Amino acid sequence: MNPVYTLTKGMLPVETIYCPGCTHGISHRIIMEVLEEVDMLGKTIGCGPIGCSVLAHRYMNVDMLECPHGRAPAVASAIKRVHPDNFVFTYQGDGDLASIGTAEIIHAAARGEKITTFFINNAIYGMTGGQMAPTTLIGQKSTTSQSGRTVEQAGAPMRICELIANLDGAVYVERVALNTAGNISKAKRAVRRAYDIQEKRLGFSLIEFVSSCPTHWGKSPVESMQHLKEKMLPYYPLGVYKEPEGGEV
Amino acid sequence: MSKKVLMKGNEAFAEAAIRGGCRYYFGYPITPQNEIPEYMSRELPKRDGYFIQAESELAAVYMAYGAGAAGGKVFITSSSPGIALMQEGFSFMCSAEVPTVALTVSRCGPGIGGIQPGQADYFQATRGGGNGDYKVPVFAPSNLQEGVDLVYESMDLTDKWRNPVFIFADGLLGQMMEPVVLPEQQKFVEPHEIRALKPWALTGYGDDDTKRNTIISLRIQPEDLEKHVEKIFKKYEQMEKELVRVETTGIEDADVVIVAFGTMARITKEAVEILAEQGIKTGLIRPISLWPFPYQAFDKITSKTKVVISAELSMGQMIQDVKLGVNGRFPVRLLSRTGGVVPASLEIAERTKKILEEMGG
Repeated sequence: MNPVYTLTKGMLPVETIYCPGCTHGISHRIIMEVLEEVDMLGKTIGCGPIGCSVLAHRYMNVDMLECPHGRAPAVASAIKRVHPDNFVFTYQGDGDLASIGTAEIIHAAARGEKITTFFINNAIYGMTGGQMAPTTLIGQKSTTSQSGRTVEQAGAPMRICELIANLDGAVYVERVALNTAGNISKAKRAVRRAYDIQEKRLGFSLIEFVSSCPTHWGKSPVESMQHLKEKMLPYYPLGVYKEPEGGEV
Repeated sequence: MSKKVLMKGNEAFAEAAIRGGCRYYFGYPITPQNEIPEYMSRELPKRDGYFIQAESELAAVYMAYGAGAAGGKVFITSSSPGIALMQEGFSFMCSAEVPTVALTVSRCGPGIGGIQPGQADYFQATRGGGNGDYKVPVFAPSNLQEGVDLVYESMDLTDKWRNPVFIFADGLLGQMMEPVVLPEQQKFVEPHEIRALKPWALTGYGDDDTKRNTIISLRIQPEDLEKHVEKIFKKYEQMEKELVRVETTGIEDADVVIVAFGTMARITKEAVEILAEQGIKTGLIRPISLWPFPYQAFDKITSKTKVVISAELSMGQMIQDVKLGVNGRFPVRLLSRTGGVVPASLEIAERTKKILEEMGG
């Protein structure tokens, strides 16, 4: 029999803490699959966040450390100085990257750090229990926007790809989604492209994964994918926001 | 013997760090330590090292965390309000057991305060403002040669203990010039040499994923965290035995003993001579390590002494440790100026005499 789906060496064979229907497992896996394919698992250093994926280092089979909330891009910038030939990435959620870590992500991008950021946007704080994030949609209910987020009270949700793409140091910025097999394939291609860009030392790259949080969205896994498609994607359009000139990488 | 060179304090500290093997420096401008990032930005790239001007002290301390975790030898510097921003990082590095040498060129607070020399960050340095149970060795030089030697030695101490090491200078030491003898240049460590020297560091595990390294601070099971805190406290107990540094003079038959560190100790040494000319025997205890504090030095004070004075450029912070050292055997008084006012030796001598008179001496 020809197996169509097997474990990747990049993911350790352990149970995760993620809820049913959470897309962290998918983004973990496609990043690690790419690193296995390019034979870089042993030459990678990962910088984890604070948030649900704080324990990513238990699942991803690469050297890895925990970073304080929002600081992963600063940590990764320095790691890349010490090990310029390693693949260095940050893996950050929306509270981590788009709220408490805005200074670090903007300046790492502005400096054109030769690192890669994987940004998980599920529009809510997961680990702390469903509070409003900078990316929470207008009208979306959270434990700190109980009648739904309003522009008057909290401003409009932040679009990170559009923001980062404005910086000259960012050479590749793409938003992908994890809701369908087709989108997951595109997401994996984006990860591979980000890898190639770091390998060629062209500059900073960021891949935003539009993701889900069934538990704090109060939806089933299936409803969550529906919500992602109908509510998230119109506000967070998929696509390439920045790419190297000529687009060959 | 190497020849003496005349250097400004901040530049001498920077050069000492490089010679101690520091290949990675991360800094953010703040007075009165700006010559350090300036020096590093000029010197490190041409000597095959790395400089990043961080976007904030918060970013700088976490760049240090990253480079330290990756096995690099790191130096970061700031001044009082900037160190306040870095405190979270020191707690994190103690928890994750990541080395870094940090230096403050302290100024005055609270708040923005002023840019003149101060010692009101004694608590900041020795008690820390980060969360949780942790400790950081703190060394306080009182002249530039001592500062150079302490920075140089700390580059190795931090690796030995896998814990940040802190140097407490002040604005006066940072800005003054003195002749110093610079130590030998240590060879920079290359990336491929790191795993062998620091098997715990993040380097990528190569072909053998059983050698995979992780550096963590989260320990969600109370028993695990308790065990880890107890483990790092075993190190702190050992540091308390190995890292105490103190200079004492004339304690045994002193009428009065003054305790002072850093700049204040420098000036107090002159005051001791002035008092001697007037027939007053003054002992000096100069803590060089502020943590671990040299409590044992106080055991040498004899019953001839009438009072112990804590002389500080603050409203009295070290005095708490002085009282612990004295342990009720003698009255303890504070001799203080603050806000950036640095007293002359004559003022210290006169105020010491007045305190002695009040004690009936």
